[in-house]
Amino acid sequence: MPDPVLTLTGVSKSFPGVRALHDVSLSLTPGRVTALIGENGAGKSTIVKILTGIYRPDAGEIRVKGEARHFASPRDAWAAGIAAIHQETVMFDELTVAENIFMGHMPVGPTGAVDWAGMRARSADLLNRIDAPIPPAFPLKRLSVAQKHLVEIARALSHDAQVVIMDEPTAALSANEIDDLFRIVAQLKAEGHAIVFISHKFDEIFRIADDFVCLRDGEKVGDGPIASVNEAQLVRMMVGRPVDQVFPKREVPIGDVVLSVKNLSNATEYADVSFDLRKGEILGLYGLVGAGRTEAMQGLFGITPMTRGTVTLEGRRLSIGSPSDAIRAGISYVPEDRQDQGAILSLGIRENITLANLGKYVRGLFLSRALEMTETRRLGRRLAVKAANWEQRLAELSGGNQQKVVIAKWLATRPKVIVLDEPTKGIDIGSKAAVHDFIGELAGDGLAVVLISSELPEVMGLADRLIVMKEGRMVEEFQRGRWSAEEIVGAATGARKEAA
Amino acid sequence: MTALLKSRELILALILAIAVAAIGAYDSVFVQWQNISDMLTETSVLFMMALAQMVVILTRGIDLSVAANLALSGFVAALVSQYYPDVPLVLMIATGVAVGLLLGMINGGLIAILGIPPIVVTLGTLAVYRGMIIILAGGDQVNASEMGVEFQAFPKQAFLGLTTPIWIAIGVTILFWLFLNLTRTGRGFYAVGGNPVAARYCGISQGWQEFLAYSIAGAVSGLCGYLWVARYGVAYSEIASGYELTVIAACVIGGVSIGGGVGTVAGTVLGALFLGIVNTALPVLQISPFWQMAIAGAVILAAVVINARAERRPDKLILPEARRLGRTSRAMRRAGT
Amino acid sequence: MNAPVTQESQDRYTVLDRPPWRLRDALLRWEVILVILLVLTVVVNSLVSDVFLDVYNLADATSNFSEMAIIALAMALLILVRDIDLSVAAIVALASMSIGYAAAAGWSPAMLFVVGIGVGLLCGAFNGALVTWFRLPSIVVTIGTMSLFRGLTQVILGDQALTKYPQPFLDLGQNYFIQMTETSVPWLFVPPVPLSFLIFLILAVVFGIVLHTTAVGRKLFAIGSNPIAARFSGIPVDRLRFFLFVLSGIMSGLAGALLTARLGSMRSNIAIGWELDIVTMVILGGVSIAGGVGSILGVFLAVLVLGLVRFGMSINNIPGQVVSVYIGALLIAVISIPRIFEKLRGWRAGR
Repeated sequence: MPDPVLTLTGVSKSFPGVRALHDVSLSLTPGRVTALIGENGAGKSTIVKILTGIYRPDAGEIRVKGEARHFASPRDAWAAGIAAIHQETVMFDELTVAENIFMGHMPVGPTGAVDWAGMRARSADLLNRIDAPIPPAFPLKRLSVAQKHLVEIARALSHDAQVVIMDEPTAALSANEIDDLFRIVAQLKAEGHAIVFISHKFDEIFRIADDFVCLRDGEKVGDGPIASVNEAQLVRMMVGRPVDQVFPKREVPIGDVVLSVKNLSNATEYADVSFDLRKGEILGLYGLVGAGRTEAMQGLFGITPMTRGTVTLEGRRLSIGSPSDAIRAGISYVPEDRQDQGAILSLGIRENITLANLGKYVRGLFLSRALEMTETRRLGRRLAVKAANWEQRLAELSGGNQQKVVIAKWLATRPKVIVLDEPTKGIDIGSKAAVHDFIGELAGDGLAVVLISSELPEVMGLADRLIVMKEGRMVEEFQRGRWSAEEIVGAATGARKEAA
Repeated sequence: MTALLKSRELILALILAIAVAAIGAYDSVFVQWQNISDMLTETSVLFMMALAQMVVILTRGIDLSVAANLALSGFVAALVSQYYPDVPLVLMIATGVAVGLLLGMINGGLIAILGIPPIVVTLGTLAVYRGMIIILAGGDQVNASEMGVEFQAFPKQAFLGLTTPIWIAIGVTILFWLFLNLTRTGRGFYAVGGNPVAARYCGISQGWQEFLAYSIAGAVSGLCGYLWVARYGVAYSEIASGYELTVIAACVIGGVSIGGGVGTVAGTVLGALFLGIVNTALPVLQISPFWQMAIAGAVILAAVVINARAERRPDKLILPEARRLGRTSRAMRRAGT
Repeated sequence: MNAPVTQESQDRYTVLDRPPWRLRDALLRWEVILVILLVLTVVVNSLVSDVFLDVYNLADATSNFSEMAIIALAMALLILVRDIDLSVAAIVALASMSIGYAAAAGWSPAMLFVVGIGVGLLCGAFNGALVTWFRLPSIVVTIGTMSLFRGLTQVILGDQALTKYPQPFLDLGQNYFIQMTETSVPWLFVPPVPLSFLIFLILAVVFGIVLHTTAVGRKLFAIGSNPIAARFSGIPVDRLRFFLFVLSGIMSGLAGALLTARLGSMRSNIAIGWELDIVTMVILGGVSIAGGVGSILGVFLAVLVLGLVRFGMSINNIPGQVVSVYIGALLIAVISIPRIFEKLRGWRAGR
């Protein structure tokens, strides 16, 4: 085997309140594809950002071809021959394909003027090399997601990168597009590039990867040739501990149907989502990123109103046109994106907790601080929010405590149904356990809970029932006790049907 | 063909051509060379100011101080002409440009280094720059009789049938086109405004691009300050009052997006031309010149509504059938090109 | 594993109801800075000129900024939710013209106010509809409507002036609404108050109460801080923004009526350039252009500071535009000084 082109030794990185990476070592070999595996928040993205010069590691060493390197900026990483295709395409929609490929290092002629003809020609070459006949003069905004990925690959090649990192490049691609992408990956491999491939889809990993590195909670928990493991072993490695010990499931008597959803659909994002939800029940909603789970639940909550389907709550037909309709009816939705959609960071804890049903704290014409305070104290204590005072701005709290405040805001509306969208994404392990515990408690109090999660152990530990979504539709439903991790992942990736 | 029709610049050019032809048919005076030359001379300052403003808006900024800058640097140039009549004309113009550049750099420094919102900074400097004129002159104005003869004659001279302001505007327009399209820095404005995060990933400095944009806007305002003062033969604190909004209007009509990252030299020139034509056409059509502003307002609103429609983003395509549809409609659109 | 940590004791993890009062925090409040500026303005002016502290002079000074200040209250709310309305001065012109024509047709003073406010309301609704229905940036929309409204005024009015108003209407603008009343105690008296300043005072109190003590006010802060999270919390973001534009129109119409009554005549260039002065008042008042931060007290103090600086300089015969230099510089200085300190601290911490 040739010498590794890049090695990481003992790399660690912490953010306030979160240990993102701890003592991770890995090496990449020319001509081989290394799959980086792990759940959301396991540290994969942090590694990508360290390799591309966006984060600087707190400890550890990066060596490129045996030489120690420090990346102070993205430019340094390119110069060292490392390029990445990011999960969310970070590109310039309004500019042309050629400019997207060469932004930051456009070829210039002898006069210092940008050599457009040369840039287009080189772009066409790069795109041809990966069999992607996209006209370089095309504006990027008119390309499909798959084509944008190809442009990003061409951008990586334009840096003459020896190491190409692909962060979930297939998340939004169709089967044919994935085939095209894999052909290119095989070609890059044959040309001697080292490739880091990040994906949640095991069928893809086994198809394309030569080696794997598995991360969990910021630590490396396994690596080696992919041939030495099978899917079940990988899942276990990723998930770690036996599921039931970590998430002690509360025994909650399950009551009558509270919420009944029939054929929830909109034009482009989800279709025919139907389920019944009972008092005290936790319904898990599992699927890959971009499977339409969030969109369907936001439709239920009135953010992007559904175009078809019925919602019945306690026997009453609802028509939900906006979030306030949903809140009034007794449906709460704790969004996935805490920073943008959930918390208002510049306001205090009290102001956040009372925001979703301010009317309840009004006496006469004015807000009563005393009433607000009573509710804040009650919910803050119940969720064990750690803060100096109840007026502290959310920006000063840790991610876990912010999330607790956001959940408290939704409990303050006294909902009958609560939808939790990735409630533990990006929070530290301690708060995670508290949130898990609390979800069980909610069900115990008679709430009906929908839990959207991409973390398998989380849904398997907490849910009474599990619906798997794929490409905007429900594909399979599992009952607690009659499921296995392999089956669920198989349903979500579509691997199961092919195998059957 | 559809792609051509989708080009905003072309639509705008077509509308302008039809309008000119129609007005010309109504009264041939409008399309006579003298009238066109007058119109272009009158609009030349707007061409340059709008291009400079476009660069600022590309970076997601706005510069409300350009008209005040124009007035102050024009005034300084006029003072030089009044008190040092022997200084060569080139140096007088250079003084105007240098003063404008300095004022622009002050804006750029406050915005790029201290991170104060552009609208706050330029609102403040707008007041300061205009007030400085009074402080400099103690409330006096510089009249035509006090400025040098050559100083005032230059913008009225014609060369190969075009007046000097038109030549200068053409030169500046070409320079802007070259700069924005043929240099890395020029493309950097589009990158920073289009997607600041991606620009950072590409190693482009947002602060430097912003500083540059306001400096350019300043220098161009300085040049226009000289042209304005020399052409109208008077320099005082109120000249070009409120002109900053006309300049921004030209950009908006020309398709420059206030959200940053979108705008072309051709579009902006056409936007300025549009306002110029409206102003000249009204007397020809015997419409009261008081319609000028109302028409400009209506056109700005129409332009932003149309731009917003074009920029509206569709829902995510998750369902397989929607993705297929999305792709086929895209493919069809492409096939039609 | 010494003392058993029970659930009870964890719950008693103490979270205070409010942060402990610290002098430093209290003194660094924006309003305190403005009060200091205000005191400085008064002290310097009264030292320089002995006519500054005359009640009649001060009363007249208030009428010079009260109309603008009334609009500034609505503008503060708009900027608080990350919007802006640059068409306010044009609305003043359109409203003032409508009043002029209505007066010529012999309408009563009360109806003239209704006309002004009604025109303002319609203009504001037009702005609000464009901004919220078409999802357009308010700065561009209101630059457009500024042109449109002012342009319509010019089209209809041309270069004529409207000068015929009923005397009771003019009295409202030109006489004191509350007369000077002295008591037997020399320092205890009711000062003369023009109607516009009285309305401003009342509105400032109302706006302050609504913004800082009601649910609507809290919602505005939430929208300004994070419009997406506000929408996810069930707040009707677009509806509230629409109402703020309507409110801004109404205030502009009201200001138009007061201004017309005070001037007794109007031309199409009435109130020209006011929009930038009003935005300056609001920003100096501590309302953040990035949204979510601000107080009516701050805006109120900034209005007084700016008004008294202008007045003080005018009695010292300093031309208006020189005053603008000080005001512009003041605006930039008060905004940049905290940032400079922040930068310096950042550098020191970074090295």
